[in-house]
Amino acid sequence: MWTFIHKWGSPKWFYAMSARVQPWCWAAALILIALGTVWGLAFAPADYQQGDSFRIIYVHVPAAFLAQSVFVSMAAASLVFMVWKIKVADMAATVMAPFGAVMTFVALFSGAVWGVPTWGTWWMWDARLTSMLILLFLFLGVIALRGAFTSRDGGSKAASVLAMVGVINIPIIKYSVDWWFTLHQSSTFSVTSRPAMPTEMWLPLLIMVLGFYCFFIALTLMRTRSEILRREINKRWVMDLAKEAR
Amino acid sequence: MTPRRRQKLLIILGALALAGVAVGLTLYALRSNINLFFSPVQIAQGDAPIERTIRAGGMVKEGSVARDPQSLNVEFRITDYVDELAVAYNGILPDLFREGQGVVVVGKLAADGQFMADKVLARHDENYMPPEVAQALEEAGYSPADYQAKAAEVGERLRSQDK
Repeated sequence: MWTFIHKWGSPKWFYAMSARVQPWCWAAALILIALGTVWGLAFAPADYQQGDSFRIIYVHVPAAFLAQSVFVSMAAASLVFMVWKIKVADMAATVMAPFGAVMTFVALFSGAVWGVPTWGTWWMWDARLTSMLILLFLFLGVIALRGAFTSRDGGSKAASVLAMVGVINIPIIKYSVDWWFTLHQSSTFSVTSRPAMPTEMWLPLLIMVLGFYCFFIALTLMRTRSEILRREINKRWVMDLAKEAR
Repeated sequence: MTPRRRQKLLIILGALALAGVAVGLTLYALRSNINLFFSPVQIAQGDAPIERTIRAGGMVKEGSVARDPQSLNVEFRITDYVDELAVAYNGILPDLFREGQGVVVVGKLAADGQFMADKVLARHDENYMPPEVAQALEEAGYSPADYQAKAAEVGERLRSQDK
């Protein structure tokens, strides 16, 4: 088991193995997102109060899930990099940050679009919305910090520290709706109880969430591969690879 | 794991735990500012400032909405199932505004306890259902609002907190 994990820490091994996994992830992402979109937008029943505007949930909830999951993955990769000095982990953390920022923005934007007809306002400084905005700034901060150093090693370390400390924001986002009075409703889904939503509504949502996760994995693998090539450009195996391709 | 790496891991986890405690204490100290609105219980206890713009939130009490047929004036009561607050508003209500539904009102609390709202926001709950299900519930004698009786739990929780 440990040797298996250790092998993935080698850029060369990662590059070779991810090439095999990647197409499956892309295929799964494409199928799940296409299925979830059509099902959610066209076939799922409308809500008794919100009508069709509730359908924004099929983008909003997966994006918000992903935004938080990406941050946790990025922090975990940063921890692996800081403790075990595994470079592939740092490369993965590098490529995750922009994707996470985009997902956070999508969650905030779709929420604002939904908020206008539902709440009567597009923004409110409540705990959920504010902590999510902080998450966006954390992502942008990690990206900026990494770029602000002349040495790549310095940038990686600084970005890793910010990512690890920023993880404290994740439980705050998750529990903000329970700890404080917020305009945002509390969670429809929990691990322990049945969702406050009928099956024909949450099944397409589950498919969308899984599709977004597959998309995240596929994109991270793809971008980590290009990051490996960029950083290992002077290594023997990359040169051999380039020769073969020619 | 080499001793050096173990030490590094422990330092990182320790620093994270400390930072977490610091953030937790800060948020705990600021909790009254982080809450988006005052609940009727807090207003009844005099926690809310008078004649200053504040937000109050709760459920619109069933049967309490009185509209003036001549104008946009509307009066209703919001409740957290412990205390109530009378609200007066002049303007267009959001689509989701209805009895038994959560709202957040922005405005000023008058000295006599009446809340003068400048803005009414609908607060959606976490329950979703197709119209047929809502109708079936109603025919079976439950209103969707009963089905969402979680609000009563919140009221209960508030009451026990304030004791």
